[in-house]
Amino acid sequence: MADEHEALVKIVGKNYVSNQKEERYFYGRDPGLMPPHEPDYVVMPGTTEEVQAIVKLANREKVPVVPKGAGLALTGLVIPLKGGIVMDMKRMDRILEVNDKAGYVVVEGGTTHGALKSYLQKHHPDLRHSIPDSPPIATVVANAVIHGQGRLTQQRGFNSDMVSGLEVVLGTGEICRIGSCALSSQWFSKGPPLPDLSGLFLGWFGSTGVITKLGMKLYPCKKIRDVMLFLTDKAELVSEVIRKLAHTEMVEDIVVTAQPIPLRFRGNFYILFFITGDSEEEIEFKKKMAWDALMGYFESRDGGFVSVTPDMKPSFLAMPSKDTARFADVSKGGGFEYSGPIAPIDKYPAYLKKLEELASKYKLFYSSAARVIDGGHSMMFSFSYTFNRANPDEMKRAKTALDEAAEFALEEDGVIWKPNVNEQQMIMERMDPNTLKLMTSIKQLLDPNGIMNPGNWEAK
Amino acid sequence: MQQQDYASQIHRCFRCGYCKFPTDYSSFNCPSYRRFRFDTYSTSGRLWLVYAWLKGEIEWSERFAEVLYTCTTCKNCVEQCPMKFAPDIVDWIVGARSDMVEKGRVPPRVAHFFDSVYGYGNPLKLLRSDRAAWANGTKMYAPDDEYLLYVGCLGSYDENGQKMARSLVHVLKAAGVSFGILGNDEECCGNEIYMLGEMGLFRTLAEKNSQQFKELGVKKIVALSPHAYNTMKNNYPAFGASFEVYHYTQLLYDLIKKNKIKLSQDKAKVTYQDPCFLGRYNNIYDEPRRVLQNIPGLELVEMDRNKKDAFCCGGGSGNFIMDLLAGGEDSPARVRIREAYATGADTLAVACPSCLTMFTDAVKAEDLDGKLAVKDVSQIVKESLTAKKR
Repeated sequence: MADEHEALVKIVGKNYVSNQKEERYFYGRDPGLMPPHEPDYVVMPGTTEEVQAIVKLANREKVPVVPKGAGLALTGLVIPLKGGIVMDMKRMDRILEVNDKAGYVVVEGGTTHGALKSYLQKHHPDLRHSIPDSPPIATVVANAVIHGQGRLTQQRGFNSDMVSGLEVVLGTGEICRIGSCALSSQWFSKGPPLPDLSGLFLGWFGSTGVITKLGMKLYPCKKIRDVMLFLTDKAELVSEVIRKLAHTEMVEDIVVTAQPIPLRFRGNFYILFFITGDSEEEIEFKKKMAWDALMGYFESRDGGFVSVTPDMKPSFLAMPSKDTARFADVSKGGGFEYSGPIAPIDKYPAYLKKLEELASKYKLFYSSAARVIDGGHSMMFSFSYTFNRANPDEMKRAKTALDEAAEFALEEDGVIWKPNVNEQQMIMERMDPNTLKLMTSIKQLLDPNGIMNPGNWEAK
Repeated sequence: MQQQDYASQIHRCFRCGYCKFPTDYSSFNCPSYRRFRFDTYSTSGRLWLVYAWLKGEIEWSERFAEVLYTCTTCKNCVEQCPMKFAPDIVDWIVGARSDMVEKGRVPPRVAHFFDSVYGYGNPLKLLRSDRAAWANGTKMYAPDDEYLLYVGCLGSYDENGQKMARSLVHVLKAAGVSFGILGNDEECCGNEIYMLGEMGLFRTLAEKNSQQFKELGVKKIVALSPHAYNTMKNNYPAFGASFEVYHYTQLLYDLIKKNKIKLSQDKAKVTYQDPCFLGRYNNIYDEPRRVLQNIPGLELVEMDRNKKDAFCCGGGSGNFIMDLLAGGEDSPARVRIREAYATGADTLAVACPSCLTMFTDAVKAEDLDGKLAVKDVSQIVKESLTAKKR
């Protein structure tokens, strides 16, 4: 162990390696409900070459390596299940290139969404990226690796769909470029017209390699952004409303919220959607299109628009939204976790019923935000429950509810998003055997010694 | 803050990480996180570690204590945390430190800080009898003076702080302000002692000072340091103190408004550092800027991070002496000096003796001597007065 420590110090310098209890404790857990497991080392590389040297060392010594962004997935994806090295990527935080003509940015593996947002606002105000609701410390790479969603997901798909190139250090230590950047200096495509190899790394939670650079597509940042709110008390109408809104091709993000408190929220479904434009005329036109699309519900008294007053707007329009983090403190307990299956939008009523049923069964406070993906092909439906960190019983109940929600989602045609290791097993058990065989072969090829985030996507 | 208060609440941190940023997320604004980069050195890292300590999941260690004491209590986290408990975060940190003090388990540099104040009345461990050596015959406070000028430990003993005190005395005299000092009878204000969690010593200092001010009939205090201003304004009333407290920049602006000082100066481009204990703690952002903007020919330019988003110099919570955040180009003072230099300013104006000391050292470390001057607001005003006479 002393030799490993010395070798790591030689690679990154003594200030960026720790085997001290304080770091091992903190990096051995995340804010969610998965059990902790401590790493032997926390290392913070500053360059791709340092990442490569660490992985080569780990591969030689067969020491696990867990690449980590902010650790906000909540499902334990960066808890080092078999110890080893947690590689905190946040020192690699440079924004390397913005190509405003081709519309992409190249960032290092630890660049935060907050820093990218700020940089674009300052230097390229006409461009934007898809900002997730997770706090600004979430990294661009980690969010893509978990197939995160953001404010452009309704229009453009998962944030991982917007990736335009990768630089990866494989489990064997080789540096590999994926996409157009593999053969030119340009990062405009992660695959087409070549075979799209980005799928070997996106969705794998770092179990096939460490992403050290990532290209991300940028999109027009319109001068005006506004919000509209449609309310219905009929869960069965939600998917239809979503389809009508998506059909207009006029709206940016669509999110459906449901929660029991304040009381006026109970039994109602708030469909929040956003309009962007470069002029008031454009905004008014888009609003009218949305209004016309939903007018029938108003006439049948099945729903209606809620006036969004100026004091409400800053909170709705904030990117990222601090309200997401605030949910953790609703019951002054400091914790929440959600199971967020990706599912067909017509499953909304069934999922909602289950959300409330589990909350009642386990005496938990709940909420749900369903984000529409890619024009309504699917949605992310969150089963969100708060818990009090100082109340082990409540933590246990919340975990049980989430486990049942995951089981339910799989039964109801959903695919669990950012599944914890147990949910990964549930998925693999249900998976087409040949698909699982292919995944296992890929993992074996890219990480023959099984050092990359071991425990994840490992078929038993 | 009692131990039980923080212990029953500290689990509420979700570790969302907003506390690391300024409002626009452009960079890291928590000085110790910016310096060390391990999550443990951020606010959420500390709160989780303290909770683990309370639960018995980690043992006390000197390093754990150092992690806790590298917090400069700059209040950036309080400003940025989205949770309802945000205003309490520094109290929680101080509460945990207080627990460590009661158990006699603090890092050696913190213990040395306490010992110095216990034994010498100042954290620099210099003789009480030398406290007024800076004063050059500045008159002692008398009951008919309008203001007591409280210069504090750095103003009394530190070379940079002394320059600051002398400049202020010069300006106040030029403006005809009726004031006096306490000389060798002045005692440490205790702000850092409070922030470091030594509540017994803080109580002693606050009571002693409050009593002394009362006996002298002090009605108005003007403080050289925002740290002293903060504790006298916000903590001393609990000890029966009933006097008005001003920071010297407030008084200078008042004097300018009343036309009691006339300013002129050659061309200068100045950027200003908001001291944490003036800005985030007491919401005083405008007065120092107004003073500078009233100097003819002076162009005030802002750093990207300013006012409530200002980046701490790293000197708070006694770190201007203990310097637990020192070392290398990532030390907060050096990061901030580079930011100040990038504005194109020829002078970094400060309003705090801790900032003055931290940045004076950082200028040398960054090899910016002769390119960026660090001066306190009263020094700039004094030069402006001198320029008028030329």
